[in-house]
Amino acid sequence: MTVVTDIKRKQDLCRDVAETSGVKKMSELLKISGLHASIDADGTPKEILRGVDLVIPPGEVHAIMGPNGCGKSTLSYVLAGREEYEVTAGSVSFIGRDLLAMEPEERAAAGLFLAFQSPVELPGVNNANFLRTAVNAVRRARGETELDAVGFLKAVRAATKNLSMSDDMLKRNVNVGFSGGEKKRNEVLQMTMLQPKLAILDETDSGLDVDALRIVAEGVRNLRSPDFSALVITHHQRLLDYLGPDRIHVMAKGRIVRSGGPELAKQIDVEGYASFLAEAA
Amino acid sequence: MPAVTETREQVEKLGQSSYKWGFETDIEMDFAPKGLNEDTIRLISARKEEPEWLLDWRLAAFRAWQTMTEPTWAKVTYPPIDYQDAHYYAAPKKKPGPKSLEEVDPELLRTYEKLGIPLHEQALLVGVEVPEGEEARLPVAVDAVFDSVSVATTFRKTLSEAGVIFCPISEAVRDHPDLVRKYLGSVVPAGDNFYAALNAAVFTDGSFVFVPKGVRCPMELSTYFRINARNTGQFERTLIIVEDGASVSYLEGCTAPMRDENQLHAAVVELVAMEDAAIKYSTVQNWYPGDENGLGGIYNFVTKRGACRGARAKISWTQVETGSAITWKYPSCILQGEGSVGEFYSVAVTNNHQQADTGTKMIHIGRNTRSTIIAKTISAGQSDSTYRGLVRMMPKASGARNFTQCDSLLIGDRCGAHTVPYIENRNMSARIEHEATTSKISEDQMFYCRQRGLSEEDAVGLIVNGFCKDVLRELPMEFAVEAQKLLQISLEGSVG
Repeated sequence: MTVVTDIKRKQDLCRDVAETSGVKKMSELLKISGLHASIDADGTPKEILRGVDLVIPPGEVHAIMGPNGCGKSTLSYVLAGREEYEVTAGSVSFIGRDLLAMEPEERAAAGLFLAFQSPVELPGVNNANFLRTAVNAVRRARGETELDAVGFLKAVRAATKNLSMSDDMLKRNVNVGFSGGEKKRNEVLQMTMLQPKLAILDETDSGLDVDALRIVAEGVRNLRSPDFSALVITHHQRLLDYLGPDRIHVMAKGRIVRSGGPELAKQIDVEGYASFLAEAA
Repeated sequence: MPAVTETREQVEKLGQSSYKWGFETDIEMDFAPKGLNEDTIRLISARKEEPEWLLDWRLAAFRAWQTMTEPTWAKVTYPPIDYQDAHYYAAPKKKPGPKSLEEVDPELLRTYEKLGIPLHEQALLVGVEVPEGEEARLPVAVDAVFDSVSVATTFRKTLSEAGVIFCPISEAVRDHPDLVRKYLGSVVPAGDNFYAALNAAVFTDGSFVFVPKGVRCPMELSTYFRINARNTGQFERTLIIVEDGASVSYLEGCTAPMRDENQLHAAVVELVAMEDAAIKYSTVQNWYPGDENGLGGIYNFVTKRGACRGARAKISWTQVETGSAITWKYPSCILQGEGSVGEFYSVAVTNNHQQADTGTKMIHIGRNTRSTIIAKTISAGQSDSTYRGLVRMMPKASGARNFTQCDSLLIGDRCGAHTVPYIENRNMSARIEHEATTSKISEDQMFYCRQRGLSEEDAVGLIVNGFCKDVLRELPMEFAVEAQKLLQISLEGSVG
C-alpha cells in the first residue's frame, strides 16, 4: 500500500511541523463519553446508542465499522444535531465546547461536517448558490469575511478541478437528478469548500464504482492536515485502503466494542462481525 | 351646474343630521356620512366635479350592485361585511401618526430593515408626523420625499415628451374625458361582479395610463411609483390603454408593509392592448395580513382583467402576493386578437391565518392565441391557499394553446393548498396542458441545509425562492431582489 505509507509520511511531517512550530497540541478534538440516545418508535422510545465512548485527536482519521443496525448512522446524526434523536445520557465535547447544546448550524460553523449517506434533493435551488450561501453562512459565523461572487467562483473552480469534477454540476439544482456517484462527489465538494475540522462520512462509499470511490477518497486525503480529522463510517476495506485510517472502532449493539489499528479492519474483512457481536452480548 | 349644487345641498342636509359637530368648514368637507346610497355617490361625483355621464355610470353600477349578492364560491371564510357601516368618501378621522420612529412598533421597523429600506422611507411608510417648525430627530426626510416634485417633474416631462399620459384617474376624467369615456368599463363592465360594481359606484382614486401608437414607454412606471404615488386607496380604479405597437411596464404596490386604516379593499384594473401592443403588469402586494391569531388584516377583493384587442397583442400579469388577511383575485386575459398572448405568473404566500383564493382566467377567442400560467402557492402556519383558474377555448380559437403549471409547497402540517382548474374547450384544434405538483419542505431538507451552516430561516428562504424562481424572474429587476427577501420575511417563524 504505497498510498498508505505516503500519507503516513505526510502526516508525520505535519506533526513535526506542528510540534516544532510550538503549536499547543490539543489531545482531543472530539470526545464522546457514555452517550445514550433513543428514537421515538410509535410512541415508545427505542434506545439505539447505549453508552458510546470515543476520542478523536486532531489530525487523525478514524473509522467505525459494524453490522447493519448497530447505531453507526444514528451516531453521526446525533453528532450533527438531528432533532428526532433524544440524548438520554452522556456528553460530547467538540473543540472543548459542549456539542450537544449547540444547534445544527452552530455545529457546522464550529467545523463539524456530515457527508450524508443519502444526500437530500433541493428542487429549484441552484447548487452553486446553495454552496455559496453555506460557505458564507459558515464564514460569517467564524468571523471571516464573506466571499463575493468572483472570489467564490475562483475557490469553487479550484476545488472542482482538484476533485476532477465538471463545473456543470454547479449549474444544476442541489442533488436533483444527480446519479449516486454525483451526489457523493457533491458532498465531497461541499466538504472541501466548508473546511471542517471534523468530517463524518456516513457510508459515503456505498454504491460507488471504483473511480468514484477514488475521487471521494482523494477529496478526504486532500484535506488531511493537523487541523482536520475524519470519522469514516464504512463497510468496506477498499475505502480504508485509500484513506489509511489511524484507528478502527468496531460498533455493535449501540456501543464501541473494540478499537485498534488498521489491522482490525483486515480482521473484520476476513472474519466478519460474529466474534464482536458475541462480545457485545 | 345646477345638478351639482342640488346634490351638495342634499348631502349637506344629510350630513348635518348625522354629524353633530356641524359644518364650519363645510366647503372643505372631507367625508361623507356612513352608509352607501345614491346620495353618497352623488356626493363623490360632485366632489370630484365629474361630468354627468360618469355620475350616471356610477349610479347604474350602484343599482346593479344592489341586486347582486356577495360571491361565496371562493374558499375563504370571513364574518359578514356590513357595507352600510363604512365611509365611502374620504377617510374616517385619521389617527395621529407616531412622532418619530422610536414610537413605531419595533417589529415593523425590523421588517423594513431586513428589506433594506432606507430610514427616511421607513418614516414615510409608517406615517411619522413631524411637528411644524421642528426638525425631526431622526433623519426623517419626509419632506425630501414629498418634495421630490423636481424628480416627479422630470419624470412627467420625459413621459409627456414621449406622448405618454400617466396621471390620477380623476385628472384623466377632467383632461382626457373622451379617452376615459371610451375605455372605462370596457373590459370590466360596471356590473361585472359584486365587488367590481361596488368599485364602479364609489371609486375615488387610481391611475390612468395611455401610451400612443408605436411608443415604447420610456421608463418603467414602477420607478415613478417608488418615488411618488402612494395611492393605495380603498376603491382604486386603474385604466391602462396601449395603442398599436406600443408597450409599457407597470408595477403596482410596494414590498414594504403599508399602514392602512381601511379593512375592505375592492380595486379594479382594466388593461387594453391593441395590435402588437404589450403590457406588463406586475404586482407586489404586502398589505397587513392580520396578527398571528388572525385578527385584523386587509380584505382584498380585486378584479383585474386585460383585453388583447388587436392581433399579436400581449398582456403579462406577474404577481407576488404575501399580504392581506383575505385575497380574492383573478387577473385575467381576454385573448381576442389573432395570435395574441396572455401570461400569468403568480406567487401566493399565506402564513398564520391568511386565506388566499387566487388564480387567473384565460379566455381564448381569436385564432392561434397562446397563454401560459405558472402559479406557485406556498402555505404555512394554519393558512389556506387555493389556486383557481379557468382556461376557456372558444369555438373560433383554432390552433390556440395553453400551458398551465400549478405547484404548491406546504410548510408544516396545519396548512392547506388547493388547486381548482376549470378547463373548457370548444375547439378541437386547441391544445391545453395542465401540470400540478404538491410538495412539502421536509425535515430532511431542513436538516441538510442546517448541517451546511444555514439558519432555519435562510434554509426556508432558499428553498422557497428556488420554488418560485420561474415567477420571480418575470418581475422587473429592482423588485425581484426585494420580492425574494419579502418571501423569506413572510414565512418567518413558520418552521420549528
